[in-house]
Amino acid sequence: MSLQRCLVALAVVASLVTGPVVWAPPATAETTLRVVMHSDLKIVDPIWTTAYIVRNHGYLIYDTLFSMDAKGEIKPQMVDKSEVSKDQLMLWHDGKPVTAEDCVASIKRWAAKDSMGQKMMGFVKDIQVVNPKTFKITLNEPTGLVLGALGKPSSNVPFMMPKRVADTDPNTQISDFTGSGPFVFKKDEWKPGDKAVYAKFDKYKPRAEAPSGLAGGKVVKVDRVEWKWIPDHQTAINALLAGEVDMLESPPHDLYPVLKADANVRLLNGNPLGNQYTFRFNALAKPFDNAKVRQAVFYAFNQEDFLKAVIGDPAYYKTCKGFFPCGSPLSSTKGMDGLLESNFEKSKALLKEAGYDGTPIVLMHSTDLAVLTNLAPVAKSLLEKGGFKVDMVSMDWQTLVARRAKKDPPAQGGWHAFLTSWVAADILNPVMMGFMNASCDKAMFGWPCDKEIESLRDQFAREANPAKQKAIAEAVQVRETQYPTHIPLGQWYGAFALRKNVDGVLEAPVTIFWNVTKK
Amino acid sequence: MAVVAVVVFMLLRLTTGDPAAIIAGDNATSQDVAAIREKLGLDRPLAEQFVIWLGRLARGDFGESFFFKKQVSELIAERVEPTLALATSTIVLTVLLAVPLGVLAAWRRGTWLDRLVMGFSVLGFSVPVFVIGYLLIYLFAIELAWVPVQGYQRLRDGLGGFLVRLILPSITLAVVFVALIARITRASVLEVLNADYVRTARAKGLAELPVMLRHVLRNAAVPIVTVIGVGIAVLIGGVVVTESVYSIPGLGRLTVDAVLARDYPTVQAVILLFSVVYVLINLLVDLSYTFLDPRIRY
Repeated sequence: MSLQRCLVALAVVASLVTGPVVWAPPATAETTLRVVMHSDLKIVDPIWTTAYIVRNHGYLIYDTLFSMDAKGEIKPQMVDKSEVSKDQLMLWHDGKPVTAEDCVASIKRWAAKDSMGQKMMGFVKDIQVVNPKTFKITLNEPTGLVLGALGKPSSNVPFMMPKRVADTDPNTQISDFTGSGPFVFKKDEWKPGDKAVYAKFDKYKPRAEAPSGLAGGKVVKVDRVEWKWIPDHQTAINALLAGEVDMLESPPHDLYPVLKADANVRLLNGNPLGNQYTFRFNALAKPFDNAKVRQAVFYAFNQEDFLKAVIGDPAYYKTCKGFFPCGSPLSSTKGMDGLLESNFEKSKALLKEAGYDGTPIVLMHSTDLAVLTNLAPVAKSLLEKGGFKVDMVSMDWQTLVARRAKKDPPAQGGWHAFLTSWVAADILNPVMMGFMNASCDKAMFGWPCDKEIESLRDQFAREANPAKQKAIAEAVQVRETQYPTHIPLGQWYGAFALRKNVDGVLEAPVTIFWNVTKK
Repeated sequence: MAVVAVVVFMLLRLTTGDPAAIIAGDNATSQDVAAIREKLGLDRPLAEQFVIWLGRLARGDFGESFFFKKQVSELIAERVEPTLALATSTIVLTVLLAVPLGVLAAWRRGTWLDRLVMGFSVLGFSVPVFVIGYLLIYLFAIELAWVPVQGYQRLRDGLGGFLVRLILPSITLAVVFVALIARITRASVLEVLNADYVRTARAKGLAELPVMLRHVLRNAAVPIVTVIGVGIAVLIGGVVVTESVYSIPGLGRLTVDAVLARDYPTVQAVILLFSVVYVLINLLVDLSYTFLDPRIRY
């Protein structure tokens, strides 16, 4: 796309419309969908934090300019090339119309916090409000990043907020929860540690298209959604079996047999792309400051052992030898031949070549999250077979989160490695994937430092052609095998547990509640 | 209280964990975390943070929760009712069951009744609270569907729902307290039953019931009331397992959530609150001794 075309398209596309109203059947009687989410809603500013529960909250009450559909394509959501009709203005929950000024302020606040937003702003010369319904983004140079960034499906999502809210300092939590999304957050009914309540926004105008992923018409078919916080998994399952709640967002895998045995409950994988397990290096700490030592880990590991140990049921995992999730547009196995096959001899040979002196690897082991707990022991075992000495340190996840931010030497409270999991929607391309950021001090914890990776990521950001983007992504992947910033350990899937009277749950990378019916 | 304040403040700051990193989330950069830390005032020297906190405390301001965007006092106020309701119903149930059982066991010492009560007592101590909870839920909520599995209904939303939702949690919690207090009651009553004044009362021809109520139970009351007092304090501060199993949004869960999230203002406030409750309950128990046993004077 030429610079001129890009600018024109953006200016036109940024015309705010509401989309024609489609069929919006009135919700019958008072239907309340009661859902147990994966976490309690404590923070309510989806720009202030990247926590997934807050992102999901954001999708209920805010709308986005663009959204990703089920095929992974970015589609217009709040914007369109169509004419604006006066009687179909998009409204905030307080009844005021959505304006271009609101959107510009929202983009600026989001871009100040989000890494992809920051990257996008590097290409932006100016964002101007043309009139109340139009704004124009002027670029310094052509880039394919703008639509991808504004349609980013996961944290931080560029949600649109009224200007008075979006003007809040990005490092200060907002306290006004007015959105323009399909649900209204009932602040007076929000009881942290108990429940969060969302009511259908009657004046919401869904797009005409059928819903697809996070895009399309967001038609709400229940009156209320209640997020009930039940911290104990067994109690949550008992509540579902007794019909006290309608849906569990993430029941643990080991309790699936209990759910499958009940005739009134079904399991549904609502996120076909799933999640990816990842082993993260601290590239500052010896011996992992040596890329060859990190490559040895690539040879020592195999994905199957990790996935079996944690998920167990092959129906809910698959090996995927690539950095980008299998099933996503940039997925590739280029450069991965011979890796992740537990070739311990090769691992030992590389360690010898690199002059590994037997320094114990401080491996942080998180013990309180079921989907992570068994990863570190498997890593320890494989690393030891591959010639490493390992000091596995067990701790709760929050302690790990604090410790991973420390650059101290591992023996003095720092670390060498830990394992975590990414939602696939967060790692769809090299710019989005936080662990691929190799900009030294500015990179995420682990602080990899590689000019070649950064140069390739910049090229990716500039490229608008999908075929060329894929070629660059493959080049990044190949470089990642030479200068590993992290290691992908396969994909896994969770399932929603639903009462049989709940239907219409859409497949998307985020748990969403439009289109859901409850009989 | 001052000691508690200092210890709690220092313990929280010296343990590992960083609320800013937790708030920022998994995708946050180091810069994001640093910005949040600065916003929360966590980048200031410890002494300065302590002085600021003490200053606010002196004005009755517990501060704002790092996570909930709410005043800590507001958060605590929301959680007090469920905990108080649960503690009250448990204690009432406990006293109604444990004291008569303990007296019966002592009165029929060595008989099958005594062995039955003591057997129950051992069982009550031995079985973990969450096991009792799950068993009760399975039987009464899932199989028989007499009561809900979980949740709490505020009193203002209806007495029926309020009481129904307290039945299983109260029974679950009461099991261990009944076991404890029945045992203490039995031991205390046994000690008094052998006293001269009891023998004298019986020799005077008093019926067994008045002997037990007027002479035995009243004189055995001091240790029983002490244990009940401790029980109330424990119930208000430490019922997190029951609150979790029954999904009751009480103070116990608030404390655990706040500790896990390193929500310093909330943890500091609830610990201070618990220490005030402990002091007050102990004071009331001490004062009650003078009514129960006129020989005790302060």
